[in-house]
Amino acid sequence: MPELATTFAGIRCPNPFWLASAPPANCGEQVMRAFDAGWGGAVWKTIGEPIRNVSSRYSSIDWNGQRMMGLNNIELISDRPIETNLREIAEVKKRYPKHAVIASLMVESKREAWHEIVARSEDAGADGLELNFGCPHGMSERGMGSAVGQVPEYTEMITGWVKEKARTPVLVKLTPNITDIRQIARAAKRGGADGLSAINTINSITGIDLDTLEPRPNVDGLSSHGGYCGPAVKPIALNMVHQLQNDEASRMPISGIGGIGTWRDAAEFILLGCGTVQVCTAAMHYGYRIVEDMIDGLGNWMREKGFASIEDFRGLSAPKLTDWNHLNLNFKIVARIHADKCIGCELCYIACWDGAHQCIHLNGSQVAPPAIETASRARITVTPIPKLDRGASRDGHFSRVPHVDEHECVGCNLCALVCPVEGCITMERVESHLPRQTWEDLVHGTSH
Amino acid sequence: MGTLPFAFQDSGEIARRFPDLHPAFDSNEALTEANRCLNCFDAPCAAACPTHIDVPRFIKKIASCNVTGSALAILDANILGASCSRVCPVEVLCEGACVMLRYNKQPIAIGRLQRHAMDHFFARGGRLPKKSTAKRTQKIACIGAGPASLACAAELAQQGFAVTVMERRALPGGLNTYGVAEYKLRAPDSLREVAMIAELGVEFRFGVSIETERDLAALEQEYDAMFLGIGLGAMHELRIPGAEHPDVVDALEFIAQYKTAGNLRVGSNVVVIGAGNTAIDAANAARRLGAVHVTIVYRRTERDLPAFGFEYEHAKSEGVSFEWLAQPVAIHTYPAGRIVSLECVRMNDDGGAVPTPIAGSNFHVLCDMVIPAIGQAPLIALLEQCRGVQLTMGRVEVDRATGRTSHPKYYAGGDCVNGGREVVDAVADGKRAGVAMANSFEAAMYA
Repeated sequence: MPELATTFAGIRCPNPFWLASAPPANCGEQVMRAFDAGWGGAVWKTIGEPIRNVSSRYSSIDWNGQRMMGLNNIELISDRPIETNLREIAEVKKRYPKHAVIASLMVESKREAWHEIVARSEDAGADGLELNFGCPHGMSERGMGSAVGQVPEYTEMITGWVKEKARTPVLVKLTPNITDIRQIARAAKRGGADGLSAINTINSITGIDLDTLEPRPNVDGLSSHGGYCGPAVKPIALNMVHQLQNDEASRMPISGIGGIGTWRDAAEFILLGCGTVQVCTAAMHYGYRIVEDMIDGLGNWMREKGFASIEDFRGLSAPKLTDWNHLNLNFKIVARIHADKCIGCELCYIACWDGAHQCIHLNGSQVAPPAIETASRARITVTPIPKLDRGASRDGHFSRVPHVDEHECVGCNLCALVCPVEGCITMERVESHLPRQTWEDLVHGTSH
Repeated sequence: MGTLPFAFQDSGEIARRFPDLHPAFDSNEALTEANRCLNCFDAPCAAACPTHIDVPRFIKKIASCNVTGSALAILDANILGASCSRVCPVEVLCEGACVMLRYNKQPIAIGRLQRHAMDHFFARGGRLPKKSTAKRTQKIACIGAGPASLACAAELAQQGFAVTVMERRALPGGLNTYGVAEYKLRAPDSLREVAMIAELGVEFRFGVSIETERDLAALEQEYDAMFLGIGLGAMHELRIPGAEHPDVVDALEFIAQYKTAGNLRVGSNVVVIGAGNTAIDAANAARRLGAVHVTIVYRRTERDLPAFGFEYEHAKSEGVSFEWLAQPVAIHTYPAGRIVSLECVRMNDDGGAVPTPIAGSNFHVLCDMVIPAIGQAPLIALLEQCRGVQLTMGRVEVDRATGRTSHPKYYAGGDCVNGGREVVDAVADGKRAGVAMANSFEAAMYA
């Protein structure tokens, strides 16, 4: 079995799967059960002066019958006393010395306050510190959370204060609610941070109850914007992780966060350079037990691919992302529909006609969709009754397989994306016999 | 919706013995199933439906929680969308055409989703908006109050015409009310659907028989056009000794008795003669009403079974047994009067041709009730009086696209045209005729 144990920014853990700073890592009893289930680390629910929460706190987006494609929350940092959290951290570290326990911290923007909480957390046994500069609601209005993380100067200053005192690695958790996430990462790096956690939740309003006209989550008839997470945010998080890894002034160890629920999600974050990943929504949805398949699935994939450790594949996909200017304009693919697999839904046809380039056709002719529907509705159909229709065959041969005009096809992928049958539409390379040429080449009059 | 204009007392006993064959979805089940639909373009399910309900459209409206819109989309194509959702043989229609079957997956439960939308609609009053506010001067008579006439009447009423439906029985709905197995469609649900059509302004007259030339002349005097939705006549009589016994009850009569007349009496050993879909409905009903043994006697083999395959499977699961290659010869009775047995002769299985009796092979099936279900005879008497309305093999000849008969004032549809198909076929016929009548009145106006 490949080795999943890893060291991230100096923090050792039995595997790269950490619980993010959130309700699943709220107290010692939970974190110990999570470690029993297999989690390699936990970033404690943010510790600071206890707050008061509201009820309700969460709302979600369901999609196509699936629950919680995206989750939104307006919960604040820990509502428990600092000393309780620290006592439980000590307890957990005593019982689980090999697992990573990271103290997530948020206090008022005073040097002494930060010095004090850093010292107390490390005394309790925390393996590292995560500075919560990302919380987008409630705390930001009080000058903390994303109010810090949206201003490079504050980020650099507070990171610096923490580093004056800290003996353990310091991670800065970044908010995505900013034009360029690299500005803050660079500031954290200038302040001496040892690593980054990205991304925190995205400002969101999940929806409005169309009966009461009240937005969700509902707190006595009112709501407030919250932070969005869950599967919906993964592509945004991956892009930001890549931006950070691709920028020399930002680059440092990253713990990836954002919509991770399976080993596949985790592998993708690691392939873009993350050293560990953090999970919240999926654990809130299904419980700590999901980590079993994350460990099992990642291990199986690594073995199949011949990777012995996390470091063996970390960042391997990062060089395969480039600016659009560097893409080969002479690379050509076209759609091929495999008639033997086609079930005749004709979704590729309507998608191509209405959403792409009108190059998928039915029945060998270039007929537009309305004419086809009109003809179908005018057809007289009867129920086939065995007694009345004995011997009559239905339909005849299957004639709903569309075909692609390969000369017109631009190779956009849309038909293959909408096709519900795996392997039915493949995008295949067509030899253009032209040299590789990018936009940049065109501008500078060169080619390869 | 207020009170039904048709008096009918439902029986709790019936509801207890005939629970839904396909129970209703709850909202979550419907949503999950609706989301499974691929939303095919030019969907094969819609093409397979005789009324061409835009199936993906109504299903995706369920998925978007626009269930009222879903119901209206169904009703726009098929005014009897509620009963069709329960009685349609979806396995050979929409669901049988579902592309999911080509993917080795269960087809979308289109029938149950349609029922979900229609239940929602009727639970909220079941009122249909009119298609047109124009008042038309023409009057149309629909003869018979079955599905074909109802569809024709609804289409015309929605377009502003004055329509009268004439029915010889006491209740409207035709076989929907009198002849469909109760576990598929309850009589009150059929009547509720007719009430919606009545609310469109369609006038209903019950106990009206049109039997003479004078009746026809009077009709033609009062109405601009007639729609014949008269279905088939009474069932074929069983012509064997003993068939006049009062415990020999034809299948349609047996079903109508338990559904609408509160007559739940059944023998303990029942023989049903014939193996069509109606025979199966009657046999299943006999079981549910308490018969211990129910045997279907059929003169051909299992291979020749005229019923749908899924109906055959259903009958077996209800505990109905089958006697193949057996032709009834006589019904024997006790001196005291009760039936004792049905005597049959064994038939030759000569591979497809008409089977022939095997001499000396007679045997008895013990029974105390016999239900013949051997097809319906067309109601020829009336049609022959309709001047120049052409018949072929007892069926009214029409132009399929318009339902127009050879007589310009008469249109026809449903079983009297197609020889006995499904409710949905009758609805499609009726609607096409309604549209064609409206178009021809319109054309006459500008001529």
